[in-house]
Amino acid sequence: MAQTNAIELRHITKRFGQKVIANDDISLDLHKGEILALLGENGSGKTTLMNMLGGIYFPDEGQIFIDGEEVTIRSPKDSFRYGIGMIHQHFKLVDVFTAAENIVLGLEGEKGKLDKSSIRKTVREIAERYGFEIDPDQKVYDMSVSQKQTVEIVKVLYRGANVLILDEPTAVLTPQETDKLFAVMRNMKKDGKAIIIITHKLHEVLDVSDRVAVLRKGKYIGDVETATATQQSLTDMMVGRAVSLNIDRPKAEKCVERLVVNNLTVRDKEGVKKLDNVSFAAMGGEILGIAGVAGSGQKELLEAIAGLQPEEPGSEIRYISPEGNEMSLIGMDPLDIINAGILLSFVPEDRFGAGLVGSMPIVDNIKLRTYRDHKGILADRAKAQALADRIVLDLEVVTPNTNVIPIRRLSGGNVQKVLVGREISSSPTVLMTAYAVRGLDINTSYMIYNLLTEQKMKGAAVIYVGEDLDVLLELCDRIMVLCGGQVSGIVDAATATKEEIGLLMTQFRREDKA
Amino acid sequence: MSGFLSFLSSFSTTLTFSITFGTVILFGALGEILSEKGGNLNLGVPGIMYIGAIGSLVGALWFQGATGSLAGSLGIFYPILCVIVCLIFAFGMAMLAGLLFAYLTISLRTNQNVTGLTLTIFGTGIANYIGGSLGSVGTVRADVTSDAIKAYITPLVKWLDSLTDKFNLGSLLFRHGFMVYLAILVAIALWYFLTKTRTGLSLRAVGENTATADAAGININKYKYLSTCIGAGISGLGGCFYVMEYIDGLWETSATIGALGWLAVALVIFATWKPMRCIWGAYLFGLLSWFYFLVPGLFKGSDKIFQMLPYLFTLLVLILVSLRRKPEDQPPASLGKAYFREER
Repeated sequence: MAQTNAIELRHITKRFGQKVIANDDISLDLHKGEILALLGENGSGKTTLMNMLGGIYFPDEGQIFIDGEEVTIRSPKDSFRYGIGMIHQHFKLVDVFTAAENIVLGLEGEKGKLDKSSIRKTVREIAERYGFEIDPDQKVYDMSVSQKQTVEIVKVLYRGANVLILDEPTAVLTPQETDKLFAVMRNMKKDGKAIIIITHKLHEVLDVSDRVAVLRKGKYIGDVETATATQQSLTDMMVGRAVSLNIDRPKAEKCVERLVVNNLTVRDKEGVKKLDNVSFAAMGGEILGIAGVAGSGQKELLEAIAGLQPEEPGSEIRYISPEGNEMSLIGMDPLDIINAGILLSFVPEDRFGAGLVGSMPIVDNIKLRTYRDHKGILADRAKAQALADRIVLDLEVVTPNTNVIPIRRLSGGNVQKVLVGREISSSPTVLMTAYAVRGLDINTSYMIYNLLTEQKMKGAAVIYVGEDLDVLLELCDRIMVLCGGQVSGIVDAATATKEEIGLLMTQFRREDKA
Repeated sequence: MSGFLSFLSSFSTTLTFSITFGTVILFGALGEILSEKGGNLNLGVPGIMYIGAIGSLVGALWFQGATGSLAGSLGIFYPILCVIVCLIFAFGMAMLAGLLFAYLTISLRTNQNVTGLTLTIFGTGIANYIGGSLGSVGTVRADVTSDAIKAYITPLVKWLDSLTDKFNLGSLLFRHGFMVYLAILVAIALWYFLTKTRTGLSLRAVGENTATADAAGININKYKYLSTCIGAGISGLGGCFYVMEYIDGLWETSATIGALGWLAVALVIFATWKPMRCIWGAYLFGLLSWFYFLVPGLFKGSDKIFQMLPYLFTLLVLILVSLRRKPEDQPPASLGKAYFREER
């Protein structure tokens, strides 16, 4: 019998450290000549699973079969050898090289002189066969995001890949570019290649894939033929049933408008819209949750409010102080915004990216915020020390000391507690936090939830960007859902369902897709 | 008229010296380019050139001392053998210094700037220590080796000189030892290697974007080690050339090697990491170092103000390059960064 599966995964388990199980006993097949969509929320383990095929990670348990034979993939090189080509979200290209140079980089077996004309010819052949548009001599730094992606795809095809794995390829593309990519993918499918596409966008899943496999919190939920699936059925599989967490949510009292955002638009350095006409109001005395798949504009939104992102003309951010004074935050200095009582505690992938200096001890990191309160040329160490001691005590930060050991040496959870604790300590009127509980254990997470609720009851407007929908639903008073930089809906957290939010998270405004 | 002619003659002499210094700088800079293209900023170049210099001198003295009795029987081959041994010593010792730098920065991931500066201090110190004590051992001039390295084709020089009258084109172009031309060949070879070969492409990828090169299956450590060590070897030849050609196989005591070593580092920036641009850049730097020769009425001390000219030119180039913002003129993007493979 002919082998119909390009790849079979059997009982794959991958753990990071003691606590985190990224993939739990996953078994999955990829047929030849099909496009399989891998669907799941953030942190459901899609990328981890694919990285094991790409040779970035090695599974702790389980087997991988390629064309029916068991294989061991230990490095990206091994992965190439078995005909697997992975296109990462972050392109691995050398900017000052041409497309052609990037495509042949590191190829084995061909030593000596670079035969540029034969490389060009092969690249053109591949481009013609699948319908790419590519100029082999164009430098990568001159390319648009979509062109860079094309180079990545041609690169793996040039190496003879039979299986292509695309990790959220459309996240960076315009709708027109997405359509082009899908056309190319269909051509590759016709050519007998097997393709796995990771995406959050349900309409794209329905558009391009033959079959959908769903992961949730590291577990394999099941697969379904795309023809029989709907957006609703896929959302249900993806988010699952609501879990009760019993987070204490006292009723919001004396809500007053604290922060009004109107038509906020932000572009990144490449000119791509990261926020598109966002309008909402945050109330003092409530927690406003912000939901959305990663990269939907959460970071840009918070940074724009904190004065760290330049806004496009026409954007409006108004702040109304508890005393009733109004002021515009557009174009204001980050320091003035902080002094007005608007604080941002952002927990990025690396916790030291925003707000903490890894090589300094806790006290010095706290001093970064407090030193301005003190007049004179010397910094007031005693005050920072007292605050450090209080944070350590209140939040149960585990550390040998507060004034010697660099904060980098603390565990992630403890670092986060210091970060959040520091921001809360200055009794803000607007407190913005992003991914405040990322990587924390349950107890610490609840501690943070309680701290945020405490701030809310004190009358602060709390903006909570979160990943876990269950938490958002129980912690927040209202939830704003972002999708592709736009507000796709603002719902009342007490009555909204997980499915409703899940659907909003993946719902692009259709009229924008020309 | 005679004033002009004497100026022409002194200009020609100055140019000849410029080529000598330019060659020292060129070797240093080419080695540093190879190292930096692999992402390793080696500020130990002055120290490495010192080590290359003392290596060549010790090697030559040792070989001449041990085999002096064979000189007669080997004839013309004896000096050639001496030169080969001398070059191997210079290259090898400098490579060892490069290996030390590579081990510290690549394997132990120490800070490249600090390590490089330390290597410069170390190399200068140890070379001067050994060089200073050579006098007490006996013969201090590596005569056979030095003379062989300085050898040039006399008839060619005389013929061209007679054709060009006062300007002495023959002396200018051909009254140099073979290493002057070797340096140019190395520059051309390095250009070919970096731009035309697959290995060169891989090396540049390592220096530009180490993670990408790693993902493409390139052995990062191998490339970094080899480029740093071979680069150091090439830089070391600059020191060798200086003691053998410019000061006749003696040990130098004026700290000029160190000064030329820093000029080599500056030249890499001046040439925007391009070997071919290095060739004329090196001679320009050489000329600028001797420029005070052409300025009348200078006394000792005031010549120093002219010796800063190369650095001024480098600053100028830095400003121009940063104004033009051409990606090809930028340093390798991963230069100076230790590489950690992404782990979770």
